[in-house]
Amino acid sequence: MNYFLTEEQEMIVDVARQLTDDKIIPQRAELDEKEEFPHDIIKAIAQADLSGLYISEEFGGFGGGCFDNVLALEQFARGCVGIATSFAANALGAYPIILAGSQEMKEKYLPPLASGEKYAAFALTEANAGSDASGIQTTAVLDGEEWVINGTKQWITNGGEANIYTVVAITDKSKGPRGASLFVIEDTDPGFSYGPKEKKLGIRASSTRELIFKDCRIPKDRLIGRSGSGFITVMKTLDLSRPGIAILGVGLGQAALDEAVSYAKQRVQFGKPIISFQAVQHMLADMAIQVEAARAFVYAAAKHIDADPKNMSKVSSMCKVFATDMAMKVTVDAVQVLAGYGYMRDYPVEKMMRDAKILQIYEGTNQIQRNVIGQELNKEYN
Amino acid sequence: MKIVCCLKQVPDAKNVRLDPQTNTLSREGVESIMNPFDRHALEEGVRLKEQHGGTVVALSMGPPQAEEMLREAISCGADEAVLVSDRAFAGADTWATTYTLAMAIKKIGGCDLVICGKQAIDGDTAQVGPGLAERLDRPYASYVRNISDFKDNTFTLERMMDDGYDLLEVPIPALITVVKDINEPRIPSLKGKMKAKKAQITVLNSVDIEADPNLLGLKGSPTQVVKVFAPELNSNREMITGTIDEIVLQLFEKLEAV
Repeated sequence: MNYFLTEEQEMIVDVARQLTDDKIIPQRAELDEKEEFPHDIIKAIAQADLSGLYISEEFGGFGGGCFDNVLALEQFARGCVGIATSFAANALGAYPIILAGSQEMKEKYLPPLASGEKYAAFALTEANAGSDASGIQTTAVLDGEEWVINGTKQWITNGGEANIYTVVAITDKSKGPRGASLFVIEDTDPGFSYGPKEKKLGIRASSTRELIFKDCRIPKDRLIGRSGSGFITVMKTLDLSRPGIAILGVGLGQAALDEAVSYAKQRVQFGKPIISFQAVQHMLADMAIQVEAARAFVYAAAKHIDADPKNMSKVSSMCKVFATDMAMKVTVDAVQVLAGYGYMRDYPVEKMMRDAKILQIYEGTNQIQRNVIGQELNKEYN
Repeated sequence: MKIVCCLKQVPDAKNVRLDPQTNTLSREGVESIMNPFDRHALEEGVRLKEQHGGTVVALSMGPPQAEEMLREAISCGADEAVLVSDRAFAGADTWATTYTLAMAIKKIGGCDLVICGKQAIDGDTAQVGPGLAERLDRPYASYVRNISDFKDNTFTLERMMDDGYDLLEVPIPALITVVKDINEPRIPSLKGKMKAKKAQITVLNSVDIEADPNLLGLKGSPTQVVKVFAPELNSNREMITGTIDEIVLQLFEKLEAV
């Protein structure tokens, strides 16, 4: 379908597509099998000038918006969601700084992220605070000219690989949700360490680790924005990054559809390619419908967000739910179309099915997303 | 350092057709790509520029559609691009081609290093690199797989052989041809593509390069393609030894006998 991309946007897609075909697809199976972080590929993405699409030109970025970033992510996800996640997590880690950081903070941290020289990660989740993010227990106490951070974060994407961590901690317990703040913690800060890589069902090329803060001391100016504004910035960060997750679903769904159709055309049973049987055709048709619908939705949502509307939460949540539920269904169907071959690790679709599941879980489970949407609907109508 | 990378646009290996009359390749309507070895040549030029400073000029002798390939070269790091194009160049063998390229290089003011790919995947002769070096009267090293140093206007490099490599020191001005082992070509960057879109490609014809029309194209080609076939390999081997003059004389006698 023609989505009327500008010439520059077409170039972004071309560069990202070539990178995916030349570097991501050939390496994805091995990186998944060995659970290795895709350092070379992230460097290649930086070399291709795609690291700072969402960062303004003032800080060395391309000056694009959510939609430009989404166009690149779609291609990477077509290659491998684990690798695409490792890349997308940098934006997630950067958004709090972009949204609420001081000019000095932006000047310090955004240029190396734009150039791909450094990586970022976003740290909110804890063992007792997943969907109930307000239940976090990591604390930040001001001691003279330093903040002292204590606590443990769980399942942090890019944990151990990132140099810049944006971390949510409680600065005033008595104020409840208004008592949390965001901080920048660097990998070299004293008192910061991380645990071993988690063993996951999918996105195995992505590094997921526990972060441990034990009397971690950071300078006073590492506070992002105002003290107590933590959750407001967190919500805006997630609103901005959800289309990125949604488009991972679109890229993944497209990849699964491509494999399923190619296979169905050449697999002959009962004297005909199986694509000539209605049962298979209808499955493929439904898959194609869902992928295209998701793509159109995410593109529209990303453009809506770039137009800077007052309220992006509902649109952002809706496209995340739709595209990620779609990706789960489409990848399962793709395995079914490839049947016995689809179950074997020699073929790429079983990995796609394993990778799809996390999309329905992270950045807010699809159940939490439905809460958000429901609450927004409640507010909209009188 | 001024570097000229000679690039050839070739038909994508999958879709080749032979023109039965001239026994040359029919390039009409077939998807064209940058010759894969030349891609490595360009990458090496860009890397040398990044290391030592200077400019990289992408040069190609070809039809007007080769401009697209030259834009691709800019998107991958070339600073300028020159297309030498003229109907008079059509049907050129490597003799006429090296003449044309040499005249073009002279026209653009020469350079410190010319980098060519080992061979083109359509012609497969691997003659243009060495032939061009002769035309420009400069030393050359072929099958270069690594450039390890550049000091005192001399390159230290490795020439790939069947059973290892030779370590050579080559003073500039020089010419090298490269093999795929030398580097991993980069993907065109976004900024590169945007630059390529706006770039001015210089187009030179036979008059611009002050070429003798009798030495161009099919007219200027002493070799004729009589037959194209895949030869049967046999394991007969003969080593000819002696001084260069002796070897050439013996080789000439043997080839005449064939």
